[in-house]
Amino acid sequence: MKIGVLGIGITKFGEIWDRGIRELLLDSQLRALNDAKLTPEQIDSIFTGNMCGDSLSGQLHIGAMASENLNLDKPSIRVEGACASGSIALRQGIAAIESGAANIVMVNGVEKMTDVSTDQVTTALMGAGDEELEGFNGLTFPGLYALLANAYMDKYDLTREVLAEVSVKNHYHGARNTYSQFKNELTIDDVINSTMVADPLTLMDCSPITDGAATIIIANESIAKKMNTEVYITGSALATDTLSLARRKSLLEISAGKMAAQNAYKQAKITPKEINFAEVHDCFSIAEIYAVEALGLAKQGEAGKLYKEKQTYFDAKTPINTSGGLKACGHPVGATGVKQAIEATMQLRGEAKERQVKNATIGVTHNVGGSGATAVIHVFKRMK
Amino acid sequence: MFRKSPIIRWRSYGDRYKLHGHKCTKCGTTYFEKKGMCICGNLEFSEMDFSGEGKIISFTQIHSGPESFSEMAPYCVGIIELKEGAKITAQIVDCKYEDLKIGTEVEAVFRKFYKSGEKGIIHYGTKFIPKL
Repeated sequence: MKIGVLGIGITKFGEIWDRGIRELLLDSQLRALNDAKLTPEQIDSIFTGNMCGDSLSGQLHIGAMASENLNLDKPSIRVEGACASGSIALRQGIAAIESGAANIVMVNGVEKMTDVSTDQVTTALMGAGDEELEGFNGLTFPGLYALLANAYMDKYDLTREVLAEVSVKNHYHGARNTYSQFKNELTIDDVINSTMVADPLTLMDCSPITDGAATIIIANESIAKKMNTEVYITGSALATDTLSLARRKSLLEISAGKMAAQNAYKQAKITPKEINFAEVHDCFSIAEIYAVEALGLAKQGEAGKLYKEKQTYFDAKTPINTSGGLKACGHPVGATGVKQAIEATMQLRGEAKERQVKNATIGVTHNVGGSGATAVIHVFKRMK
Repeated sequence: MFRKSPIIRWRSYGDRYKLHGHKCTKCGTTYFEKKGMCICGNLEFSEMDFSGEGKIISFTQIHSGPESFSEMAPYCVGIIELKEGAKITAQIVDCKYEDLKIGTEVEAVFRKFYKSGEKGIIHYGTKFIPKL
């Protein structure tokens, strides 16, 4: 597989009170068109990842909105797969190109989350779990990942301090990213002593509520070559698992992530050792530990070591989440997967400035929906 | 929202009130709440009642709850492996959170869950308490 990345565009992530879904989306769409040096008419098809438009803004039909924004009448649909919506939209865009149905595709991700109360956001996000089996018992998303954290920490040698290092590192990166929600650095004590959300996860273990939009424009290889494209997507895979945690085979791994990674690596003909950096789904600190193991960047039960030894910073051996991750860059749910693709592209183009990974050739994105019921992996490669 | 609907939980009263289960007629896997197709592919299940005994395989204390639950916080939720094999997500009550461990034996109790709004019906179901 060889799909060229023609252009990227992203809004600032954060609490953007003066803009709704439509304005956020238009902003990233225009930035990406500008970056790709394309006009709207050159887009054949649009895919937009969005999870909560209906529950938080009363707005469905985001597909038509994305097309209307650019005065187009092209095929345009909304894609939903909880927090993985953005990456699923990207994967659908790739499928459209590979099938021959489209040559140039615009992939968006957008979420508007700060117009309503935290209670309402918590309830809407829980839609990604199993409402009958989990939501009915008062489980929340932090609660689901806390269940994973407690099972993992009971079995493996991962201390509270090392787990906190995930957020410390992500804020360090976020402070070096212009589009991130948070620019403040944290200490391990800041993380451990912040408000308890679901034991052992505190507020500083949890990704925030964020508004934002991201757009990536992709094309088939022949068009990409003509446009002197540097970055290509060489692997794209998705795997699924049970909605509820209780029905999983194990609480110690997210097997959909592992399966999707293996399939994506196979397509891209790479091994984990060749990966220079990864953007992973750290909706909660513990999720990053599971992600690193799913990607094969650490052995089962040993990811903590990388954090203890501070190996996941942008200038260290295994850079993880140079954008700041979901924790510090922010997590506008449907936009996150597309943001990961943008960060990977920026790194491979050498545009990541203060957080630039040196000599990066291969980057991977890892996007999870729910507590691991969907996982999407993409492999990005610099070809020049 | 949907949690205020008086009928949304009605379909599962039968299972929830009695901790009723479904056992695959082929491989014997047990489920709390119907799973249309067993992991072995079989579509037929026999009805059964769980003993209500099990042990905690993970648990947490939730300090910030969703709508309908926020006034209960902090409350404990766990995943319980029932003696018959099925795993169930449920609240663990009548105990100090600090006293719980992975592996703690628990038993089922019938409890109130929440009310569908001010004048709505009260939802009930199964919670667990540590076994003495």
